[in-house]
Amino acid sequence: MEKVFGRPKSFIDVPLSFCPGCSHGIIQRLVAETIDELGIQDKTVGVGGIGCSSCRFFDVDNIGSAHGRAPATASGVKRARPDMVVFTYQGDGDCTTIGGNEVIHAAARGEKITVIMANNTNFAMTGGQKSATTLLGQRTTTTQDGRQAERDGMPIRMAEMLALLDGAAYVARVSVHDNANIAKAKRSIKKAFELQIAGAGFTFVEVLSTCPTNWGLTPIESAKRVEKEVAAYYKLGEMKVPEEVA
Amino acid sequence: MAGKRILMKGNEAVAEAAVRAGCRYFFGYPITPQNEIPEYLSKRLPEVGGVFLQAESELAASYQLYGGAATGKRCMTSSSSCGISLKSEGISYIAAAEVPCVIVDMSRRGPGIGGLQPTQSSYRQATKGGGHGGYRCIVLSPGSVQEAANLMVDAFDLADKWRNPVYIYADGLIGQVMEPLELPEMIDVEKLPQKDWALTGKGGRERNIVTSGVSEEKFMYLNFDKYKKIEAEEQRWVDKDLEDAEYVVAAFGTVGRIAATAVDRIRKATGKKIGFIRPITIWPFPKEGFAKIPDTVKGIMVIEANGGQMVDDVIQTVKGKFPVYFEPTYGSLMPTTEEVMSMIEKLGTGKEVLW
Repeated sequence: MEKVFGRPKSFIDVPLSFCPGCSHGIIQRLVAETIDELGIQDKTVGVGGIGCSSCRFFDVDNIGSAHGRAPATASGVKRARPDMVVFTYQGDGDCTTIGGNEVIHAAARGEKITVIMANNTNFAMTGGQKSATTLLGQRTTTTQDGRQAERDGMPIRMAEMLALLDGAAYVARVSVHDNANIAKAKRSIKKAFELQIAGAGFTFVEVLSTCPTNWGLTPIESAKRVEKEVAAYYKLGEMKVPEEVA
Repeated sequence: MAGKRILMKGNEAVAEAAVRAGCRYFFGYPITPQNEIPEYLSKRLPEVGGVFLQAESELAASYQLYGGAATGKRCMTSSSSCGISLKSEGISYIAAAEVPCVIVDMSRRGPGIGGLQPTQSSYRQATKGGGHGGYRCIVLSPGSVQEAANLMVDAFDLADKWRNPVYIYADGLIGQVMEPLELPEMIDVEKLPQKDWALTGKGGRERNIVTSGVSEEKFMYLNFDKYKKIEAEEQRWVDKDLEDAEYVVAAFGTVGRIAATAVDRIRKATGKKIGFIRPITIWPFPKEGFAKIPDTVKGIMVIEANGGQMVDDVIQTVKGKFPVYFEPTYGSLMPTTEEVMSMIEKLGTGKEVLW
């Protein structure tokens, strides 16, 4: 019998360590499917950040960077091996809060890398503290009465910021809260990898992600929160597309 | 150019020596007094098919270095004391992940923004690790431009041999002075051994993972196997006239070079039996060199351009066998030979200062 669906070749066959209802498994699968479909498993390097995000489930050469520094590490890998396909997999705490500078400058330099940022609006691995992307009013363990603009500042829309930079070739924000959006997210991730391979410049895909454990919601409620609240602030779509593929 | 003596500024000699040692990738951030290194390499590396990348920060440079060197290519960065502080997070990761690379520290004076003057204030940072976790870096300390150029080649070889970051620790004088030297031969990078752990794309093999994660096994290996072996095998120093010495002077780097001349002059002028030792590896500290000091020696004087840092390693090394005296040189410039001679002449007069 023909097997028509299975685990991507570029995804290690082990149980994932993510909480039930967390989006990381879906997002990482989409990245692994992309690597398989583009036939680049043998020349891809994954660069992991710190947090629930990492590259340990990808069956490609990979390197663990420090908190926020994955775009710098990826820049070093790519400069030394321009023939490789290099991506980072980071969370919002990693990529926006502590690593804002590294991702901005990697984008500005037009580093030919792909940054995947899973945005679950909190520091998940450390137990759900406020991150730079935590929404106003959102309760976290360090904003127990909800994030307040006056005290905690405003959330950062990283995709919109990066789209302003001339070095960024492709910038999109997608979501994986339902099947239609998963399909769109896959197209964006694949487009980012294809544009990297084509040498277009820096490519960035922010993926809105659930965090049922730290949000105190069920997986289904979490998906609904992404659709109704998170995507209301973090608008989905392509912020920047090279003219020839627009 | 090998074999021909040319005049070159220390920073540029170090940069050219790095290229000749096979370094093709530089990641760094501007800071005085080492700017001629990135400036030189920004022009030179593209000529040999390499890449110069000016980073957005010292911190980012350390992670670019981590990524570049993780591909197995010879990579380096350079900075100076306060810049090394900013890089120290990355250097800790690099050491933990056992990624070979070279870091040049043309150090400056004091903590904070400090001062630009050539001193040896960051000995402790270089030798004890500026970052967290108790990692070790091999630290080579040159006393001249020629030696700095030679040690650059050794630094890349040692980095690869031990899969470990290696420092060249010098001062602004070595970086800024022009001296005649013979540059090392250009090596063929294609002939360097392959690194089977490196990120090269998994093509046909199991994936390689470069990680700074430290398991119990790795912790034991680093601390009680690798670092111990480096200590046993890589100590380097220069010594002179230890056999008949009554006193011994110990100094490293530029101060070591000045002290060597001062000791020579005193010996010749007065016949006073002063021995001399100049550590070249300041980690691993050359304990074997100090073990050569005869039991009859009455004391060791350590001279440094700082508030007293290597002197602690000397005391730890001689374990109370000899009194250890300290003389700081703390002016805006390196001391003259005469100034160092007047320090050494205190030996045996009761004016020496016990540390």
